Amino acid sequence: MTVLFGVLLLTLLVITAVAIVRTKNLFVAVMLLGIFSLLIAANFFLLDAADVALTEAAVGAGISTVLFLGALALTSEFEHAATPHRWLSLAVVTGAALVVLYATFDKPEFGDPNAPVHQHVAPWYLQKTPEYIDIPNVVTAVLGSYRGYDTLGEVFVVFTAGIGVLFLLSARRGPAGRRRPDQAHDPAIGLRSHVIPLVVSRLLAPFILLFGLYVQFHGEYGPGGGFQAGALIAAAFILYALIEGEERTLRVLPQGALNALMVGGALLYGGVGVVGMLEGAEFLNYSVLAANPVKGQQLGIILIEAGVGMTVTGVLLSIFHAFAARDRA
Amino acid sequence: MEFLGLYHYWVFVVLLMIGFYAVVAKVNLIKKLIGLSIFQSAVFLLYITMSKVSGGTAPIFSEKITGVLYSNPLPQVLILTAIVVGISTTALGLGIVVRIKEEYGTTEEHEIQEIDRR
Amino acid sequence: MKIALDILSWVLLTAGGVFVLVGGIGALRMPNLYTRMHAASVTDTMGAILVIAGVMIQAGFTLVTIKLAAILLFLLITSPTASYALGNAAMLAGIKPDAGSAADPEKAP
Repeated sequence: MTVLFGVLLLTLLVITAVAIVRTKNLFVAVMLLGIFSLLIAANFFLLDAADVALTEAAVGAGISTVLFLGALALTSEFEHAATPHRWLSLAVVTGAALVVLYATFDKPEFGDPNAPVHQHVAPWYLQKTPEYIDIPNVVTAVLGSYRGYDTLGEVFVVFTAGIGVLFLLSARRGPAGRRRPDQAHDPAIGLRSHVIPLVVSRLLAPFILLFGLYVQFHGEYGPGGGFQAGALIAAAFILYALIEGEERTLRVLPQGALNALMVGGALLYGGVGVVGMLEGAEFLNYSVLAANPVKGQQLGIILIEAGVGMTVTGVLLSIFHAFAARDRA
Repeated sequence: MEFLGLYHYWVFVVLLMIGFYAVVAKVNLIKKLIGLSIFQSAVFLLYITMSKVSGGTAPIFSEKITGVLYSNPLPQVLILTAIVVGISTTALGLGIVVRIKEEYGTTEEHEIQEIDRR
Repeated sequence: MKIALDILSWVLLTAGGVFVLVGGIGALRMPNLYTRMHAASVTDTMGAILVIAGVMIQAGFTLVTIKLAAILLFLLITSPTASYALGNAAMLAGIKPDAGSAADPEKAP
């Protein structure tokens, strides 16, 4: 039964991907990309990757669709030209596909416990986590503590993308580009004249925020953590911005607060590492943060997950505001 | 079970090549970014396929369940990072596309090259 | 007792699957955007309720059941809102709720 379900999901993935590439309407392509992300999230869940499925659903199907739609609103909706050099591209792609296909025959068998990837470090992580860190979710333990340096680099990448988009889209547009706000597009009004989305979004936004905080703090006990929580909290504010208008959202959570979140999260993460150094151990060694090394590890993981959540929220919301405010700049 | 494993790898190859074709052959910049997103998702599928252990479960300990096989947590951590990095890159790419549209007036690659050549 | 609960949950899950199938066929075969949305709403309501009820019976009286009930509640609140937003956007884009000349056989073409 699982085989059937897996085969069905994978086939749907391929069909959706072909449809995305072939359609000329970019709006349809972005919507199909959302469906593609959700299907691949279901597939990840089938492959026992619960954390990854949650992240892909929240970030890929949720935030990515909003960003693409924001960019589509500022550019054109249709793809104009036909593809030149179509047969040459197809030939190159087919050649590359055959090479990679030939390589897959050497791959280890699916689900084999003796495959090389399960041999060296992974059993050590699974064995030693109850002893050194003592939290149930091994993925968070590896992400936060054993591979904390990688996650620090990732927080810096997210931060860089945020300030990159702010640099690109903060400059004022020339007078030719500005569009006079008309009745339907007035950003100050948003969608407030529509009662049903107004009521439902006002009902749901606090619960989405609450769920985001739940996911943030339960990252150690189940699937969750900073990235998913950041995406969820950003989604709550984006929902509010879609209904109430982007300017009101900037009054609720001003750009200064978003900058503080962005910078503060990365500083918090780096700061925890430096505190470790000041206590005499290496950078990002959490065991010295408390008297008991295990408690120190748990405290360190909570702090850095908070830093990650802060940065991701600040960056995603800043990018959304940068796209949404571009019209009226 | 072996058919399912091989099917996962074949679907990975097909998705990889679909994304690659969109990046290489399409002229619209946003279509290229969408193709890049599909390409990245195919790579994620490969890693998570490699992390699965048959008969295993998600690597989350629980007091009620003991003595069970766990799937490999390490590729999941790598892919978690990769997903967020992918969305950051896509967001930055979309920002650049918006600015290109404002400066050149078009998002089609051949028209941009035409304008540059003049 | 357990057998009866199992049979009941299987009946609910199968019925939910039938409704999802009906919604899918309707979304394909209907002539217009609005009628397609109407058909897809069958999936959102009957399909979701029956499937989640079937899974809740499988879960028994645990925390999972309460979480599933919360999911069902949020699904029931947000799906009609999405349908409303879709219908409203279609109206604003100019798609008319008209099934075409096939709907009225007496009217001269």
